[in-house]
Amino acid sequence: MLYDSLIDKFKDDFIEKDRWKWVLEGLRNTLLISMAAVLIGIVIGILIATVRTTYDKNGPSIRMKSPVAFFFLRVGNFLAHLYLTVIRGTPVVVQLLIMYFLVFASASDGVMVAIFAFGINSGAYVAEIFRSGIMSVDEGQFEAGRAMGLSYLQTMIYIIIPQCFKTVLPTLCNEFIVLLKETSIAGYVGIMDLTKAGDLIRGRTFDAFLPLIVVALLYLIMVVVLTKLVGRLERRLRKNERGA
Amino acid sequence: MQNTNKEAQETPLDAVIDGRKKKGLHMKNMKRIMALLLCGILLLAGVTVLASCGKESNKLVMATNASFPPYEYKEGDNFEGIDIEIAKKIAEKLGMELEIQDVEFGSIIGGVSSGKYDMGMAGMTVTEDRLKNVNFSTSYAKGIQACIVKADSEYASVDDFFNLDADGNWVSVKDGVKVGVQQDTTGDIYCSDTVENFGFGEENVTRYKTGNDAVAALVAGKVTVVIIDDQPAKSYVAANEGLKILETEYTNEDYAICVAKNNDELLGKINKALADLTADGTIAGIIAKYIKE
Repeated sequence: MLYDSLIDKFKDDFIEKDRWKWVLEGLRNTLLISMAAVLIGIVIGILIATVRTTYDKNGPSIRMKSPVAFFFLRVGNFLAHLYLTVIRGTPVVVQLLIMYFLVFASASDGVMVAIFAFGINSGAYVAEIFRSGIMSVDEGQFEAGRAMGLSYLQTMIYIIIPQCFKTVLPTLCNEFIVLLKETSIAGYVGIMDLTKAGDLIRGRTFDAFLPLIVVALLYLIMVVVLTKLVGRLERRLRKNERGA
Repeated sequence: MQNTNKEAQETPLDAVIDGRKKKGLHMKNMKRIMALLLCGILLLAGVTVLASCGKESNKLVMATNASFPPYEYKEGDNFEGIDIEIAKKIAEKLGMELEIQDVEFGSIIGGVSSGKYDMGMAGMTVTEDRLKNVNFSTSYAKGIQACIVKADSEYASVDDFFNLDADGNWVSVKDGVKVGVQQDTTGDIYCSDTVENFGFGEENVTRYKTGNDAVAALVAGKVTVVIIDDQPAKSYVAANEGLKILETEYTNEDYAICVAKNNDELLGKINKALADLTADGTIAGIIAKYIKE
């Protein structure tokens, strides 16, 4: 009896009028937005983190060598601070709405706007994650790199960033998970994401149970897969460690 | 001193037995905690059920989505609008106290059919899908789906959005026509249908959470037209510079109140009240108060 009605509900929710296509499109958009936003977030994050740690660690020595370079660094550091304050100080829904209705008012592709909005938002958090990673690498590593004759940038790229990446990976993964779930607010600007797809089905069939449960399960599956992948990556990166 | 030391001395076996005992005790504790937790959950569930039973009081709970002027909207802390005033009059006739719940439009029917709310009143038109889940009262107002466009729009009538065949039937949507609607409203349901069913096709429709957002998207140029009930449309056009309503309507239909399928008693009472309120001109008066032609 209960089973039959559940089957009926399922048919009504997903089979009839091809409503499963909404879920599929929603899934596609959710994945697309989160993946692209993660990439943008990492690029922004590394840039901001580099500027901030350079200022904090090497500010005085750069100041002595070249006052001009120090000036630019200072401006960069100020802008980074401003960016972090604004982005972390406002809710992501508000940022998304501002992006959609004000900043990119003329863009009609909501998905692109959402990618930028979430990417820029994520960048702020990723920046702090990377900063903590860079700061955690022992000063001696840096000194050793420079003593070996590597330039500042080379030391960063070949010695510091790889070590810091390993440290920040779990936190970074955490940020991806948060971002993936945060995209569920994309419906506010008319984008068909996974949550919105469930919402639409709910609005059409007036059945709350199945659409919500299915949407929840899909998010859960995505997060579990992501966690597994990152876990595997972590193990691979640990290979060079002693005793591992 | 000596004595206590002797007592404290344990053989290895004793230690093992003692360990087991302790483990057993630990398990027992765990079980006890689990049982307590379960009791707590059951108690909570019971209280919730009781609380929902307690709703059987003299309250008439109405679900609406208060972003649909002039039918329902918020003015400060109060709900105002045609639906709200009519609902108050109905509650008065029924001798009940009206309680208004502001929820998302798409959640109204689900909530009404599950008994969470007694009735839903939100400028709602009768559709086949909705009738599968709830019953509707007699109609109390007319709903027209109007098209809002920019004042300098190249589109002058509903037909302009479509490529027509020789007989003037809609064949396909013209390139570049993007429709904005409020999610789950009649406008959304009709517009996102295929062209054969007099819609614009899923791919040409963007659904916004509120009518406000849809109009904001129109002003920003993200959509070419917003299709929404004509009374809110008038309010939106009045509030925003550079917008107009097309003279031809997209559809023309009736608003009604929805009640749970098994609640024929309430439906009868509401219909009776609506008939009385129509007969004595109360409803016409309320509508005239909000809509000045």
